[in-house]
Amino acid sequence: MSFTIARTVEDALAAMATGARPIAGGTDLVVGARHGKAPLPSALVAIDRLRELKSCERTADGVSIGALFTHHDIETHPLLTTVYAGLADGSALVGSPATRHVGTIGGNIMNASPAMDTGAPLAVMGAEVELRSLRGSRRVPIEQLWTGPGRTCAEPDELCVAVHIPAPGERANSAYLRLEYRRAMEIAVVGAAAFVALAEDGTIAALRVGLTAVSPTIFTGDLLGQVGRSVADAAAVAAELSSQQATPISDVRASDRYRRHTVGVMARRAVEAAARRAAGETIDIPVNRAIGIGAAS
Amino acid sequence: MSEQIHLHVNGVDYPVTIAQERNLLSVIRGEIGLTGTKEGCDDCECGACMVLLDGQPVNSCSYLAVQAQDREITTVEGLADGQALGMLQRNLLEAGGVQCGFCTPGMLISATALLARTPEPSEEQVRIGLSGNLCRCTGYTKIVQAVQRAATELTAG
Ligand SMILES: Cc1cc2nc3c(=O)[nH]c(=O)nc-3n(C[C@H](O)[C@H](O)[C@H](O)COP(=O)(O)OP(=O)(O)OC[C@H]3O[C@@H](n4cnc5c(N)ncnc54)[C@H](O)[C@@H]3O)c2cc1C
Repeated sequence: MSFTIARTVEDALAAMATGARPIAGGTDLVVGARHGKAPLPSALVAIDRLRELKSCERTADGVSIGALFTHHDIETHPLLTTVYAGLADGSALVGSPATRHVGTIGGNIMNASPAMDTGAPLAVMGAEVELRSLRGSRRVPIEQLWTGPGRTCAEPDELCVAVHIPAPGERANSAYLRLEYRRAMEIAVVGAAAFVALAEDGTIAALRVGLTAVSPTIFTGDLLGQVGRSVADAAAVAAELSSQQATPISDVRASDRYRRHTVGVMARRAVEAAARRAAGETIDIPVNRAIGIGAAS
Repeated sequence: MSEQIHLHVNGVDYPVTIAQERNLLSVIRGEIGLTGTKEGCDDCECGACMVLLDGQPVNSCSYLAVQAQDREITTVEGLADGQALGMLQRNLLEAGGVQCGFCTPGMLISATALLARTPEPSEEQVRIGLSGNLCRCTGYTKIVQAVQRAATELTAG
């Protein structure tokens, strides 16, 4: 193996152009290699010292989060924990404090696990991923990034530099929950994110739901038919549709039937929590703990 | 490929020549000779191998040593007060939070990081702060109490 440390984004792009794989926190890459899932790549370029990818800035139409922003950065960021609350819900659930301090948003989405916790909230918020190589830059809607479990549409020489999220607008917010058996160091059994915008009369103006760990990639759907209906009605429909559309597998954590059922429950609760936030209520991050999912301590 | 790198551990500079795929834990224990940091699951689950990297907790079993070069590494040895026990260490002992002791170095590292960012943690915050550290002896209660006692001592201090 060869290992180099990039001091600038250009360093990293040049190394990637000759075949090196980027390593940020290594919590997927190194841990996976030690599991024997995939050996360490023959060439690695460490990107964790690239200061310019550690920022989070308001933009004209929303917020731009640098690829190296960690889950801890996200779960404690004043703007992200309020306006983009669903993302903070997701990051706050990742692993342990150590995982959250080391693991990055860029690593989470580029690793493309169907069980990743930032994927569904980013998808329902309409996030775009900025990919850069020596050949240039492009933006990809995040749902198009994932092409299968562990696979993305990024070329091997493309570095994810940032995630851009549009501002939710008035009376709109998001939430993400996952089913877990313990309250730490878990992988989502299933998870669901919702983005809700409310009309002035409190009915649904927009509703998007994203599902975790029930299909080869994060599953998202716009529930256009729910516009004008009450939150309770829309949440019930979201639950039903989520269970219908999920194509889960059975594994050590749960059977497919159990996943199909519980993803509906998660979807309903995600819609309800997002709607409460959209109406101005503060629900602590992560929603999971606020509503008591997982065994009590 | 082998490479000479510098690791700064507990304020001391250690030049080491190591294969690039070596994990930080094996280098701290095997090359530098600080054996306070433990190998438990060797799989990022148990937290026995926890060290601080620039003040933040990291599972050293699954972190490349080359990636830690030129950064500040703190191991449990670095938490002592000279030859005496550090404040958290003393509280953990006094509260009965140590039995077999294997998880203790990792617990201390996580608790140090927690108290640095949350000086007056609630019980829930202590439990979340220690959630990456498994203990098979104590049932956690006394560990949690020890961290809360240490926090009280610190803020009174
Ligand atoms: C104990 C433990 C618990 C965990 N719990 C959870 C959990 O609850 N939820 C969850 O979602 N995840 C969890 N994870 C997985 C992991 O921590 C996260 O996915 C994390 O965000 C990965 O980030 P990283 O910086 O460590 O990625 P790395 O391991 O450095 O990289 C992951 C992959 O992405 C690529 N990559 C990284 N950055 C970029 C970039 N900027 N551009 C292009 N490619 C890039 C790498 O080449 C690699 O293929 C857990 C991991 C561990 C070890």
